[in-house]
Amino acid sequence: MNGIRKYLGLILAIFVVLAMAAWPMIDGKDITREVVFTMLLSVALASSLNILLGYTGYVSFGHVVFFGLGGYVGFYLMAVQDWSLWSAMVAGGLASAVLAFLLGKAILRLRGGYFALATIGINEAVRAFINNFDLFGGPVGMSLNFQVYQNYGGGAREALWMSFYVLIALTLLTVTVSYFVRSSKFGLGLLAIREDEDAAEVMGVIAPNAKTWAYVLSAVFPGILGVLFFFKNGNIEPAPAFRLHLSIEMIVMVMLGGQGTVLGPILGGAGYQRLRGFLLTNPLFKNIQLAVAGVLLLVIVLFVPAGVVGWVRQRFPKLRRILQ
Amino acid sequence: MMILQVEGVGKVFGGLQALSNVTFDLPKGQILGLIGPNGAGKTTLFNVINGVYAPNGGRVVFNGEDVTGSKTYHMAHRGLARTHQIVRPLNELSVRENVVVGACFGREGHNLGQAGEIADEVLAFVGLAARSDQLAGSLNVGQKKRLEMARALAARPYLLLLDEVLAGLNPSEISGMVEIVQKIRDRDVTIIMIEHVMHAVMNVSDRMIVLDYGQQIAEGTPEEVANDPKVIEAYLGDPELAERLMRDSDDE
Repeated sequence: MNGIRKYLGLILAIFVVLAMAAWPMIDGKDITREVVFTMLLSVALASSLNILLGYTGYVSFGHVVFFGLGGYVGFYLMAVQDWSLWSAMVAGGLASAVLAFLLGKAILRLRGGYFALATIGINEAVRAFINNFDLFGGPVGMSLNFQVYQNYGGGAREALWMSFYVLIALTLLTVTVSYFVRSSKFGLGLLAIREDEDAAEVMGVIAPNAKTWAYVLSAVFPGILGVLFFFKNGNIEPAPAFRLHLSIEMIVMVMLGGQGTVLGPILGGAGYQRLRGFLLTNPLFKNIQLAVAGVLLLVIVLFVPAGVVGWVRQRFPKLRRILQ
Repeated sequence: MMILQVEGVGKVFGGLQALSNVTFDLPKGQILGLIGPNGAGKTTLFNVINGVYAPNGGRVVFNGEDVTGSKTYHMAHRGLARTHQIVRPLNELSVRENVVVGACFGREGHNLGQAGEIADEVLAFVGLAARSDQLAGSLNVGQKKRLEMARALAARPYLLLLDEVLAGLNPSEISGMVEIVQKIRDRDVTIIMIEHVMHAVMNVSDRMIVLDYGQQIAEGTPEEVANDPKVIEAYLGDPELAERLMRDSDDE
């Protein structure tokens, strides 16, 4: 009993993800699966970013660079080197982790706005590099041979369903990692850095190392997800791989749900994608859906900086054990 | 056995000589009072000892090991803890979590479970047990000072640097805090305290050092320091004036 209570926060988070995932399995429609695919992708990306943004307090405006780079590395290995999706996902995750490790050593000494600016610069630099990198197809990008999908269930439709199941597993993994980081000694060190980095160092937190590992952890999953996303997509190009506004949307999701909580990015990611889906299909809003995201971010920062979950935690302290 | 040896330490900021040739030895188990007018370099000396700044000259030896220029977190692991003059609570964490950070990352590097037990014990010791689930940001100044103390103690340090823990407290809070400081010394923790509340620091210190404009102008027992003309001059400007003032007050 005590064991269950201890993990109540994790159980609730997993339950919410599974509830979303069950929806297309029950109604069996392709369109529902596509809707939930984008929702789960957002949940996983937002939960990854939250490790850096929410726990450590470092705002990365260019986090999509890990999604794009991982996607490119994995895609190249699948399309040109005939690797399987599985090994390509591992390679994509590793590529993003290595980039984050090297960047972490270089730019995590910057604080506040300077770090955020540096991350934008890096995203743009990597995009420009890929654009001129012939091995990865330059500005044209690369495409997968349709034959490849035969290996994943027999046809394109089966491969799409399989991608969906893989995404469910990855989302659950990301959320679980996020939970265990939050409730570990390592995570406590990150929270201390977020609150006051100098005071944390005086208390013995080795901030440069802790920050680097937080950055690496928050980069691994976007890298893996990038491979899966572009595998399902069938082709990859620089512009969609390094879309800066996806980075900003990831920040909106984390802020909306509640930065620094495990459940927040899950609700924020799913909620934001539902809202975006509604706006895109609404004739009035379809051209200004990004403006709505901007206004939403403004309203959150001004009035509910703790996000939905953070707000509920403040109002109802008794729920803190469950809403982690 | 010396816990800390400071040998000819100097620190320059731009054109300002914040510390010059500061030298002293601190035996284990003592309380050393560090006093001096505002801007004398007291906090800078703390920052040099615990690795916030590297000195421009001289050596700092901690527990027999040369630690000049070590990082603050390495000093923490070696058994040095400090409080800050301007309190730095981790606002969005609970009081207990603040102290757990100290226990987890300090000298003994406990895991979360053990650190929790230490935190409860230390919070009871400084009288904050009732507040342990409150957010640290919601404490008042006196409580925040106790929290700083609790965090430092949870690290189980050999040497504790207290930077004006009595400033801004009312008289009853001051006597409570002095009692805590004495109890810490009884646990065999060596202490250096910077303090402006003279009667308190004179009472608890075994030895005192006086800094003025980065120079060490006096050193000795509290009585010796209090009667040193150089010290009186540093504080009041003119020793003869001070003497006259004292005579006048005796006459009344």
